[in-house]
Amino acid sequence: MAKEFLEGNFAMAEAAVRAGVEAYFGYPITPQTELLEWMSHRMPELNRVFLQAESEVAAINMVYGAACTGARVMTSSSSPGVSLMMEGLSYIAGTEVPMVLIDVVRGGPGLGNIAPSQGDYNQLVHGGGHGDYHPIVLAPASVQEAIDLTVLAFDLAAKYRNICMLMADGSIGQMMEPAELPEMRPLRSTTPDWATDGCKDREQRILTSILIDPTLEEIYNHKILDTWYRIQANEIRYKEYYLDDAEYVVIGFGTAGRIALTAVRNARAEGIKVGLFRPISLSPFPAQQIEELAKTSQGILVTEMNTGQMLDDVRSAVKGKVPIEFYARVGGIVPYPDEILGEIRRLAQEPKSADGDPRQRWMQRLKDGVITLS
Amino acid sequence: MDTPVQTQVQTVYSRPKSLSRTPTHYCPGCTHGIAHRLIAEVLDEMDIREKTVAVAPVGCAVFAYNYFTFDWVEAAHGRAPAMATGIKRVLPDRFVFTYQGDGDLASIGMSEIMHVAARGENITVIFINNAIYGMTGGQMAPTTLPGQKTTTSPNGRDVETMGYPLHMSEVLSRWDGAGYIVRRSLHDPKNIRMAKKAIRTAFEAQKRGLGFSMVELLSTCNTNWGMTVQESLKWLEERMIPVYPIQDFKVSSGLDGFKA
Repeated sequence: MAKEFLEGNFAMAEAAVRAGVEAYFGYPITPQTELLEWMSHRMPELNRVFLQAESEVAAINMVYGAACTGARVMTSSSSPGVSLMMEGLSYIAGTEVPMVLIDVVRGGPGLGNIAPSQGDYNQLVHGGGHGDYHPIVLAPASVQEAIDLTVLAFDLAAKYRNICMLMADGSIGQMMEPAELPEMRPLRSTTPDWATDGCKDREQRILTSILIDPTLEEIYNHKILDTWYRIQANEIRYKEYYLDDAEYVVIGFGTAGRIALTAVRNARAEGIKVGLFRPISLSPFPAQQIEELAKTSQGILVTEMNTGQMLDDVRSAVKGKVPIEFYARVGGIVPYPDEILGEIRRLAQEPKSADGDPRQRWMQRLKDGVITLS
Repeated sequence: MDTPVQTQVQTVYSRPKSLSRTPTHYCPGCTHGIAHRLIAEVLDEMDIREKTVAVAPVGCAVFAYNYFTFDWVEAAHGRAPAMATGIKRVLPDRFVFTYQGDGDLASIGMSEIMHVAARGENITVIFINNAIYGMTGGQMAPTTLPGQKTTTSPNGRDVETMGYPLHMSEVLSRWDGAGYIVRRSLHDPKNIRMAKKAIRTAFEAQKRGLGFSMVELLSTCNTNWGMTVQESLKWLEERMIPVYPIQDFKVSSGLDGFKA
């Protein structure tokens, strides 16, 4: 397929179509609405299911029902809508049915705004719904990666009978750039042996998340934890840039990681030996790889479009072995490469310590006027 | 000559194939068991057991799937109509029904039931209205009668502060998407027979693609009403029916000539 000039939301929708999505249920919310709109004509055109639900609560439960039949199903939303889906996601996790959710993240908390943000990291990566479960969360940094990860999401969801999410900050959903769509795949031709699709010539099947006997619920929790360990062992994804001889490492995902790459290149031009580590799977998190980087580098700069939600996971991986600094733009603001470049220079030139809280130092620099927001 | 011995035995009553042998967890005297049996008889008679996927609610019927022999899923509280929509849209040739109580359907699931009816989703809802929350132990429901005592309306439901009971069949039958909506009761044999005919007709409406169908079944909860079984049947007849009349609220012309 040739490269086309594609908007992220359309591209993710069409990628899902080509990955064989059979049913889509969603609700309008900026900045993901184009995805819903694309599905509204594309799915019926292919005799597949599209339904605009009355709310995100209904949409996720329609997904739940459709997923129980063994179909490849998905929904998409943006932050406040994803908050509403958390109930359904917990039930889906409690039933082990596969599904895909694309979250085009906007500024929050509350109604917030419709500008790009990474404020849903904790909501997606660390659960959000009640109970113990782990979704797979993938973070694209370009339209092309959004396409590729959408296709992958369906495969991972089916492989592990697990929730698989794309965390695309608003800029990934809204921006246009050249990208290549995959070939159209044939639709699923078999039905999984757990699907509730009518008990013709077989015994009854029940799909439920209730295990009223705590001893059985304990066994179930162990079971999905085992699945999670298999996912951790096999599905860690990340990209490394200029890390071979790097003395300093920038860590950022999605749009923040992409902007950091420009800053890293500019810093290299100034002679600073710095590289970029960009996690793609936020869950499972590449903690071991980051721990290794901590052993060979003199300092780490974490940059995000939230107030340091991934920073906590990086600190947990680094275990105080190396100084960490933090820089973020939040509330729907995307950083400029020069802002991150300034932080790289500071990391390379100023004395640093592995003690203290990088987030508090960042806030103090803001208050002291050391950082001026552009 | 000796009188010939009668050897031919005719089975007049047996367990429907759609009903499992599992003993229910329902309280003695509860009408859930009757509703379950009526559904099973209808699915047997229509020979659609293997083509049916049902959605269980949160409430006393949360384990309904244990008492039948076909496929079930278990919804979050109130979300059964949305889940049923997902199943039906993917598998339009299957029979899909939800089984929901008054708290599930008329309180927390109000949005989902309104929209499934408005969309004319081709599913069937069996709505158990016993005017109280059963599983959590007798709290006020959206269908609790004015003055009725519950654990959260200990002095009786005061409509000034707690509002009025909801009439779901009346409301939902106003939507264009509704194909068949009736209210029946399970308090005596005559009404039970009428209820079965209504359930049969509701599934016929689904078979004919007539849109949303619902049978509201007035039911007893002798445990949480604090009554004997006999008293509760009488209370249903004397107190509930005047508020919730046994009536056909919507019968699509697509059912003309159909007799259950």
